[in-house]
Amino acid sequence: MNAILPQASTQRMMIGSVLLLILFLAAWQWLPGLLGIPAFIIPPASKVWSEFLHMLANDRLVYHAVVTALQVLAGFVLGVILGMVVGFVLGMSPTAEFMLSPYILALQIAPKVAFAPLFVIWFGYTVYPKILVAVLIVFFPVMINVLGAVRAIDPDIVRLARSFTASRLQVFWKIEFPAAMPPFFAGLRIAATLAVIGVVVGELVGGNTGLGYLLTFGEGAGNTAMVFVAIILLTLIGIVLYGVIVFIEGRVLHYLPARARKTA
Amino acid sequence: MTRIRLEFHNVTKRFPARKRIDPPVVAVQDVSFTVADGEVVSIIGPSGCGKSTLLNMGSGLDPASVGEVFVDGELVTRPNEHVAFMLQKDLLLPWRTIRENVELGLEIQGRPTQDRHRIAEELLVKCRLQDFIHHYPHQLSGGMRQRAAMARTLAVDPAVLLMDEPFSALDAQTKMVLQQDLGRTLAETQKTALFITHDLAEAIALSDRVLVMSQRPGTIIEEIRVDIPGRDNPMERRKSPKVGPYVSALMELLHIDQAVA
Repeated sequence: MNAILPQASTQRMMIGSVLLLILFLAAWQWLPGLLGIPAFIIPPASKVWSEFLHMLANDRLVYHAVVTALQVLAGFVLGVILGMVVGFVLGMSPTAEFMLSPYILALQIAPKVAFAPLFVIWFGYTVYPKILVAVLIVFFPVMINVLGAVRAIDPDIVRLARSFTASRLQVFWKIEFPAAMPPFFAGLRIAATLAVIGVVVGELVGGNTGLGYLLTFGEGAGNTAMVFVAIILLTLIGIVLYGVIVFIEGRVLHYLPARARKTA
Repeated sequence: MTRIRLEFHNVTKRFPARKRIDPPVVAVQDVSFTVADGEVVSIIGPSGCGKSTLLNMGSGLDPASVGEVFVDGELVTRPNEHVAFMLQKDLLLPWRTIRENVELGLEIQGRPTQDRHRIAEELLVKCRLQDFIHHYPHQLSGGMRQRAAMARTLAVDPAVLLMDEPFSALDAQTKMVLQQDLGRTLAETQKTALFITHDLAEAIALSDRVLVMSQRPGTIIEEIRVDIPGRDNPMERRKSPKVGPYVSALMELLHIDQAVA
């Protein structure tokens, strides 16, 4: 986008963004007070900030945030690998897809977060229930996109490769795998946001670590500012993961025309 | 006697019908012809007459129901390195640069990197794409993309080129330029080619012989030897006064006048 716009215009837009942020923070700080909204409903920005500093010092905030982030990462990576493998297998084998599709559909329709209590029963207050919910919730968008991509490949391209005496493995690595990359990354973007949801639900249901635990703790203590801090940090984890995906996507899909890539 | 490069021997192709009780669909019925070394033969016929089926059997992607196909005297049973095909769609892979696309066949056949680069770059110069070696397909025009597809087909140095309406998606002028490129390249490399088209003038301009096929079940009803000099220069050949009579003869064979009436 920056390439198209003249520099002066970009600068003006930057100034506009900063001003908007200041306006937002100011409104957060003073507007609730002016409207008579008590601090336990919407704590002002300064209160949330001081709570953040307090939690850093007293509540092992860094530890909880790191636990959540690592669970998100583990769930995301495992779910993506599983989704990709199953997506390719089903995409290449219509028989397997026909036989498995009712189960996959059922599992896709079932609200994945509802599995959280079940996983807690199975694995107790460990990291596993959280990671499992994330895996389950990340799996589908990745699998569906990879499956769709493999299906959408022009059969003539595969025939062309085969006419060059390509083996099945060569068709996969030279045609099917790279052809699936654009939809795969679209799936990853969705999955990045879902992974955070999966882990938080797991933490809400049971356990004594992670930002989800701090959410329930803050709720129980009537500490609204603590809830705000946890929500903001969870959002930050999601943003970082999403940003990393977009960065890698830009590297991998560099061959796409610029306008096709700039969807973020 | 010149060597036979491609031979269809009493070839019939049946496809199973949609409903199981129906008889199978006969796409091609008892087709026999040969293409000699360095010869360019076109096949024309009404749509759905099994032209593309012939090509698929020639490439070994789709076996014949009856009869045999031989390339260089070898029975074709599966895709092999002697044959390469080119379609109406360029089928360039969007994630590969033009050079990498041209190298696809060589890569599959396990040729060393240096050879691949050398062959691809030579062909891209021949196809006047030397300035686009590192571009991606979406950055090229339709005609350029089809020239890149031609280079990819030639890169594996096939004994026989099978082409299925390779220029039918291009505009009239680009088409003539590419026909000229193909005519020259085929003559320079002395390649053997089987060329499927529905463009009568194209068939006459590019080939030594034209085979005319009937409606389904497709069979060869006529063979016409194109007796106009300069097969390496289709542009000039088109201007020959002999083209008109050939086109009329083909129109008659294909009953095009009756379709109008």
